[in-house]
Amino acid sequence: MSERSEVFDVLVVGAGVVGTAIGRELAHRDLRVGLVDAAEDVGTGTSKANTAILHTGFDATPGTLEARLVARGHDLLGGYAAAAGIAVERTGALLVAWDDEQLAVLPTLQAKAERNGYRATRLVGVGELYEREPHLGPGACGALEVPGESIVDPWSPPIAFATEAVAGGVELLLGTRVTGVRVGPPHRLVTTRGELAARHVVNVAGLFSDVLDRWFRRDGFTVTPRRGELLVYDKLARPLVRHVLLPVPTKLGKGVLVAPTVFGNVLLGPTAEDVVDRTDTGSTAAGLAFLRDRGARILPELLDEEVTNVYAGLRAATEHGDYQLRGYPEQGYVCVGGIRSTGLTASMAIAEHVVRLLAEGGLRTPPRAGAVTPSMPPLGEEQRRPFQRADLVAADPAYGQVVCHCERVTLGEIRDAQQGPLAAGDLDGLRRRTRALNGRCQGFYCGAAVTSLLGANHG
Amino acid sequence: MDDGRRLREVDVLVVGAGPGGLAAAAALGARGAGRVEVVDREQETGGIPRHSVHAGYGLRDLHRAMSGPAYARRRTELAVDAGATVRTDVSVTGWAGPLTLDMTSPAGLERVTARAVVLATGARERPRPARLIPGTRPDGVWTTGRLQQAVLAGQPVGRRAVVVGAEHVSFSAVVTLAHAGVRVVAMVTDLPRHQSYGAFRAGALLRWGFPLLTDTAVTRLLGRPRLTGVEVRSSTGRTAVLDADTVVLTGDWIPDHELARRGGLLMDAGTRGPAVDTAFRTSVPGVFAAGNLVHPVETADAVALEAEPLADAVVRHLAGLAEAAAPVPVRVEAPLAWIAPNLLDPAGPAPPRDRFVLWSRAFADRPVVEVVQAGRPLYRDRSWRPLVPNRPAYLTSAWMRRVDPGGGPVTARLARET
Repeated sequence: MSERSEVFDVLVVGAGVVGTAIGRELAHRDLRVGLVDAAEDVGTGTSKANTAILHTGFDATPGTLEARLVARGHDLLGGYAAAAGIAVERTGALLVAWDDEQLAVLPTLQAKAERNGYRATRLVGVGELYEREPHLGPGACGALEVPGESIVDPWSPPIAFATEAVAGGVELLLGTRVTGVRVGPPHRLVTTRGELAARHVVNVAGLFSDVLDRWFRRDGFTVTPRRGELLVYDKLARPLVRHVLLPVPTKLGKGVLVAPTVFGNVLLGPTAEDVVDRTDTGSTAAGLAFLRDRGARILPELLDEEVTNVYAGLRAATEHGDYQLRGYPEQGYVCVGGIRSTGLTASMAIAEHVVRLLAEGGLRTPPRAGAVTPSMPPLGEEQRRPFQRADLVAADPAYGQVVCHCERVTLGEIRDAQQGPLAAGDLDGLRRRTRALNGRCQGFYCGAAVTSLLGANHG
Repeated sequence: MDDGRRLREVDVLVVGAGPGGLAAAAALGARGAGRVEVVDREQETGGIPRHSVHAGYGLRDLHRAMSGPAYARRRTELAVDAGATVRTDVSVTGWAGPLTLDMTSPAGLERVTARAVVLATGARERPRPARLIPGTRPDGVWTTGRLQQAVLAGQPVGRRAVVVGAEHVSFSAVVTLAHAGVRVVAMVTDLPRHQSYGAFRAGALLRWGFPLLTDTAVTRLLGRPRLTGVEVRSSTGRTAVLDADTVVLTGDWIPDHELARRGGLLMDAGTRGPAVDTAFRTSVPGVFAAGNLVHPVETADAVALEAEPLADAVVRHLAGLAEAAAPVPVRVEAPLAWIAPNLLDPAGPAPPRDRFVLWSRAFADRPVVEVVQAGRPLYRDRSWRPLVPNRPAYLTSAWMRRVDPGGGPVTARLARET
């Protein structure tokens, strides 16, 4: 592709949940902004495979930037989700102790939460614990309740952010892989679709953020992808669990949790395994066996239910204990690296922080109107979905024609997801926008029909 | 009408217009069971057979050989001719009462109360995640059901396929793959032999010449974004990677039991469908269950042949003559996987065709099948034909009258050699 002569004020590299949140924030300023990603859709990397929890940050390391941004991000994303119609369920979490040693740690975690400014935790005795989670396996000794921990639709936020960004004039440059940098000013990003010039660059490249950082002649960190395998259980398992069930963290990591999802399933995971290949999102026999072993203890009846999905995500872990988020004002460069499993929660707070750092680098950020919070399709099981709305079906029978039976996705929703600036371009994109094909039959019934509908709208 | 639902009443509501539901509707219509309505969530009636283009349907129930789609059409005609209303594009979304169901269709939202409900929601093949096959999540992973619909829709499949499973449906997948121009690289089963008819196996071998890898499990899928290989391991521990861009996961059936479970029906741990007695009664009075929802899976004609006794049972209920179910549980021991029906009343009707359906997980070449209740033998037979896994076997119900109604569960099992 030819070189583009214009110079962007800001180029954001990486359209995951954090990159799109930054794009959205910048869309409210009178700037020429580009949002670049190698993939053909937003939110296809680490952002699509996580535990879908809206964290309070109660267990973050006090004093870190991550602790601050997670706490702030929790409120920001919670508010945004409410405005955009993105599903959040305020389930609360129970951090369950399974032996005396773990029980003794709970007050320490409570104290840590208070140092993080989170004062709502409460110690729960074993009687109350089983009353609230009657299907919990035998042997639990007590729990720490964290009422603010919630579950959230993890797929809609990047799509909502990008939709808002595009409405505010941000140029979305998908399918554009950055292959090199000529450091400026202005910086020139060499991409698979030609060169892009920008006065400021924000590196939100996730698993590749250290590579991009080195191209900017920085060498602060190395990403070691940490693979987390997860099992998604059938919706019929949903009544087995009411809260997010967290393990007591050990030196070996945060451990395996059981959590409901807003789509009405139950999640078991993740594993935590350092891998070399930054694209290795495969599951392993050992990982699945390990999770089932843990799950059998936490929620024995879960193991009798069918597994609807298995996936693995890669968290962008680094050798450091905090986000690798810093601005280089003299260079017009901001690095947003090492955003681990808390990135979804912190995304909007990170975006605020990045705009401050850009301003320190001399970027003038006058406000601009135009970008408005989009109204997202209701994907949550607790939300009223189109198949449940007589008014909608009466107005347009396509909302009464269920195509994906397991997830009850209608023709109208599949059609809608293929319209607008963030239209689904493939089956995976359609899954994240509608839930189609995500159910227990994995396309046994509707695979061909959904594929045809995708083809029809792009033919 | 607070949420805009249309409220309606029918005599019998049949959920699912596959062979079981359509045959039940025809039999109910013939008995003058009143207003009989069959609803199906798909755009076409007929269930699984409508995607199965090869011949072999209708032999035992309609006494002629026909293709799956022709069979689906004929079954629909028979139901309609008997006076039943058959509706498509209607999704039953939940229960609003013991005999009241909510549904959504392009015509709107409805709440239908019936005097009897027949669940005939069928069964499906377990997809890859439910089988816990590790590896990447590439394109090119299918179940037979999805494959057959894709081929019918003219969608591209691939070039080289591994078929996982070696039962009847697996050979059906082979035929579909051949039709789509896909070469079968191998058929893989973790059992020691294939489980279909010898003639199918011999014919497939002769015609397409692919190897059958027995005692072999799929251990990993490779490739991204497209499948590039299927890693397998034999029981001797040898692993190999089969070069393929397509894998079809066949069989491993599970009933489509969501509606049954959401209705609070007692479930059978073996079939994973609702527990039913010999008169198709579930634990909820007025709710009946039939077809592959209660025995995953039998052929379409075997399912359709249950319709007459099922209709008799429903009519008895409609007439208020339905005796209260006082059922004794019927169980199995490994290697038997399940038995259906799995509840019985010694004084109740015999099961359809005077037999119980048995399903084994392992081969047994000279099985001795016995039925016991609290250690008391009710039946024992040494003259059984070999048991083949993934294929139904039939146990006579002649012993049923000897069951003690208060004697606790009845167990069917393979006798240890004596």
